[in-house]
Amino acid sequence: MGLANRMALESPNITAVTIQATEFYDLARKYRVTGVPKTVVNESIEILGALPEPDYVRAVLGIEEQG
Amino acid sequence: MSLLSASDQQTLRDMFADMKRTVTIVFVTQTIGCETCDETRRILNELTALTDRIVVEEVNLVLEKERAAELGIDRAPGLALLVDGQDTRIRMLGAPAGYDFMSLVDAILAAGGASDMALSEESIGLLATVTEPRRIEVFVTPT
Repeated sequence: MGLANRMALESPNITAVTIQATEFYDLARKYRVTGVPKTVVNESIEILGALPEPDYVRAVLGIEEQG
Repeated sequence: MSLLSASDQQTLRDMFADMKRTVTIVFVTQTIGCETCDETRRILNELTALTDRIVVEEVNLVLEKERAAELGIDRAPGLALLVDGQDTRIRMLGAPAGYDFMSLVDAILAAGGASDMALSEESIGLLATVTEPRRIEVFVTPT
C-alpha cells in the first residue's frame, strides 16, 4: 500500500484507500477478499498480492503487459 | 501508558524530524458503534506527542457529515491525510494498528517529504498520463 499512497501523492486523479478487511466485512465481502493484500481499482480491476512497482503501477492503470 | 516503547518513540521522532511539511490527519470518528475509534485516537495521540509536524483534526461522522462527505469518508474510524491544507487523497479505513501502524507512518513520511522511497521515473511518467479518476482500494489485515 506504500505504492498506492505514493501514486495518490503523484497524481491528482488517484485516490488511495487502505481498508482494514477485518473491520469492514461488508466491503471485504463485496470485493470477495480472501487474501491480503488485495487491490481493487474503480471496483473493477483486481490485483491479488504484492507486485513489484512496475507491474503494480501498470496493473492499477490498466495497461497491458508489453511483449 | 504508552503504546510505544521509549526506543520506538525515539526512532519515530528521528524519522519525523526530516519532515519538510506538516501533515494533518483528519480523523473521522463516531461516538456510538465505533469499536476501534478509541484505539485509533490513542495511536494518533502517540504520534502527535512526538512531533509538531503531525496535526490531528477530529471530525464527527454524524455531527459533521458534510465535512466527512467532502473527504469521501462514510465510515469510522477513517483517516484522510492533508499536507499544508491540501488533500493528498490518501485514506485509511479502520484502526492503524499492528502492521498498519507502519503503513500510516510511511504515508505520513511520504506526504511530509521525508521518505527515502520514491516512485521510479517510469512510474511517474505513466502516472502523468492518468486523466480519469482512479480509486485504488487496498484491503489489508493488521497482522
